[in-house]
Amino acid sequence: MLDLQGYGPRLLEGAGVTLALAVLSLILALVLGLVTASAKMSHSTVAHRLATLYTTLIRGVPDLVLMMLLFFGGQIGVNALTDSLYDATGIDIFININEFVAGVVTIGLIFGAYMGETFRGAFMAVDNGQIEAGKAYGMTPRLVFWRIRFPQMMRHALPGLSNNWMVLLKTTALVSVIGLADMVRIAAEASKATREPFTFMLVVAALYLMIASVSEWIFARLQKRYSIGYGEDD
Amino acid sequence: MADTPLPLEVNNITKRFGDTEVLKGLSLKAHKGDVITLIGASGSGKSTFLRCMNLLEQPDDGELIVHGEPVRFKSTARGREPADWKQVVRMRAKLSMVFQGFNLWAHMTVLENIIEAPIHVLGKSRKEATEHAGALLERVGLSHRADAYPAQISGGQQQRGAIARALAMDPEVMLFDEPTSALDPELVGDVLKVMHGLADEGRTMVVVTHEMGFARDVSSQVMYLHEGQVEEAGDPAEVLKNPQSARLKQFLAPKY
Amino acid sequence: MQALLDWLDGLLADNSIFTLQTLSYYGDGLVTTVQLVFLSLIIGLVMAVPLAIGRSSRRGVIKWPIFLYTYVFRGTPLLVQLYLIYYGVVFVEGIQESWLWPIVKEPFVPALVAFTLNTAAYTTEIFRGAIKATPKGEIEAARAYGMSPMLALRRIVIPSAFRRALPAYGNEVIFMLHASAIASVVTLMDLTGAARFIYARFYAPFDAFLFVAAIYLCLTFTVLYFFRFLEKRLMAHLKPLN
Repeated sequence: MLDLQGYGPRLLEGAGVTLALAVLSLILALVLGLVTASAKMSHSTVAHRLATLYTTLIRGVPDLVLMMLLFFGGQIGVNALTDSLYDATGIDIFININEFVAGVVTIGLIFGAYMGETFRGAFMAVDNGQIEAGKAYGMTPRLVFWRIRFPQMMRHALPGLSNNWMVLLKTTALVSVIGLADMVRIAAEASKATREPFTFMLVVAALYLMIASVSEWIFARLQKRYSIGYGEDD
Repeated sequence: MADTPLPLEVNNITKRFGDTEVLKGLSLKAHKGDVITLIGASGSGKSTFLRCMNLLEQPDDGELIVHGEPVRFKSTARGREPADWKQVVRMRAKLSMVFQGFNLWAHMTVLENIIEAPIHVLGKSRKEATEHAGALLERVGLSHRADAYPAQISGGQQQRGAIARALAMDPEVMLFDEPTSALDPELVGDVLKVMHGLADEGRTMVVVTHEMGFARDVSSQVMYLHEGQVEEAGDPAEVLKNPQSARLKQFLAPKY
Repeated sequence: MQALLDWLDGLLADNSIFTLQTLSYYGDGLVTTVQLVFLSLIIGLVMAVPLAIGRSSRRGVIKWPIFLYTYVFRGTPLLVQLYLIYYGVVFVEGIQESWLWPIVKEPFVPALVAFTLNTAAYTTEIFRGAIKATPKGEIEAARAYGMSPMLALRRIVIPSAFRRALPAYGNEVIFMLHASAIASVVTLMDLTGAARFIYARFYAPFDAFLFVAAIYLCLTFTVLYFFRFLEKRLMAHLKPLN
C-alpha cells in the first residue's frame, strides 16, 4: 500500500532519521538554552556578553550558511585539532564530522539561542516572592531552583518551547542539502528518478504535518500539567 | 403632531440575552433640548437601553424613530435585524455616542479622531472638518493637546476629546454611556462641566449616569430603571427629592 | 574611481580567493538575494491583507480554505515547498517545448513563487492576530459614528492592525532573508549560491562561508534597524509621553 514505487520503506526510514535528528537537536538546544539563559541573567559581565554575542550571531546568519560552515569547515577544523594533538602527545584519533553530527550540532546551536531567550523570559516571569518564601523556609538554592523556580518557569516557557520545536522540526529539512538521507532528501531523489515530484513531496509534507500535529497534542497535555493551580489557561 | 419631528422616539423596546429578559418594554420621547438621564443599579438595563437606541444592540421588539424616520426591521433566522443597513448608518450619524471607555481610536491623534467621521461619513472637506474641530477642541478645553495620541493624555482629557468627536457630527441627539464612570474622581468635574455647558446651549441628550448631582441639576427628565422596567420617571426635582418607591429611596440613600 | 579599484586590487593581491572576480560573484549574489526577498515579501504582503480579512470572516466557506492554506504552508518546510514547485514545473509534460519554458526554467521563478506563497501564509496569520486584537470599543465607536463595516475596516481596523503587526512582521522579513539561502539548492546563484561556488572552487570553507555570513549579518541588522525606526515612528501613539 505504502510502496510508492519501492520508495515507501526508504521514505519511512528517512522519517526516522528526521525524527532522530530533531529530537537530538532539541536536547542539545535545551541544554544550550538553559546555559545561555543563566549566562544572561548572571552578574558576570563576561558571561553576559558572551551569551549576547552568541545569540546575536546565530540570529543574524541563515541556518543553511551556518550548517555549511560547520559541515564543510568543521572537518578541516577538527583535523587540524587532532593533528596538533598527535604532534604534541602522539595520540592518534580521528573524529569524523558526518552529516548527522553536523546537523545535530548546527540545529542545536541555532535553537539554543532561541531557547535561551524563551527560558530567560520564563524565568523572569516567575514571581520573586515565591522564591523568597522558599529561601525563608531554609531551602538551598538548588532546592529552590528545582522545586519552585523550574516547575513554574516551565509553565511560562512551554508556549515558546512548543513554537521553537515546530520551527526546529522544519529546519531539519536543510540537512538534506548537505547530504543526509532524511525524508526530504529521499523524496527529492525519488522525484527526480520517477519524475513524479507531487507524489513524493506531498507525502513528505503530510508526514511533517502529522509529526507537527502529534507534537501539538503532546505540548497541550504538558501545558495542562504545568498549569495546575492556575485554572484554565487561555 | 407637532410640525417638527421629535429628535428621538423609542417605543416599547424589549431585549433578551438568552433566557434573561433585560429590557421589558421601555419607551422614551426626547424633545429638542431635553436632557434625559437614566439612573439605576448595575444590571438594571440602562446601558443596554441606550445601546439599543443606536442599534449597537439589536432590540427584539419595539419601535425606533429618529427625527421622524422609523427604522425598518425584518425578521431573520437569527432574530430581528434592521432591514436596511444604509438607513442605520444614516441614523447613527445623527445620534452620536460618548462611551464609558472613551474608545478613541488609538492610532490617530485627538484632532484626527475628531475629523475622521465628518470627513468619511458625512463627506465634509478636510479643511472644513479641521476648522470645526479647532472650535470644538477650544470648547472642551483641549486645544493644547490636539496633536497628542490618546495614550498620551489623561482619561479626563480623552473623554473631553471624545465629546468633541461626538459634537463634530452635529448630532440631533447625544447619547452618553456612563461618561464619568471610568475616570479618577478628580477628573470627573471637568467632564461634567463640559456636559453641563452642552445642556445649557440646548443640546438634546440622553445620559446614563451615576452622578446624581448631574441628574438633579441638569436633566429635564429622569428615569429610574429596575430590572428592565421604568420604576419611576419624571421631573428630577420631584423624583429625586420625593422618591415614591422603596427601591428608589434605597438607591438614593447615602451609602455611608 | 579607477584609483579606488587599483587600491582594492592591491589590497586583494595578497590572497588568492577574494579577487575582484570572486567579489563580483558575491555582488551578483547579493543583488539576486535582495531581489528575491524583496519581491516575494511585497507580493506576499499584498496577498496577505485580503487573506487575513477573509481568515477573520465568520463565514466558513471563506475562512476554512484560507486556514488550510496557512496551516499547510506554515506546517511544512520551505524546502519541501520549493522542491514541489521547482520539480513540479520542470516535470510537467511538454513544458520544455512550450513558450513558458524560457521563463520557468530559470530557478528564480519557482523560487519566487515558493517564497511568496510561504511568506503570504505567515503574514496572513500575523495580520489575523493583529486584526483580532483590535480593541472592541474602537470598532464600536466606528459603528456608532455611522461607519459602514467596509469603511470601519479600511479606516480603523486595518491601519491599527498594521501598526500592531509591525514587530512580528519585522521578524518575518528577517526570517525570509535567512530562508532565501535555500534558493541556492535549486541552483540559483544568490548570496549562498555564490559562497558555495567559491567554496567548491577553492576548497576554502571558512573564507567562503564566513564572508557570506558577515554579509547576511549586515543585511539582518539593516532590516532590524529599519523596523525599529518604523516602530518608533508609527507606534509612538501606544506609548505614554512620560
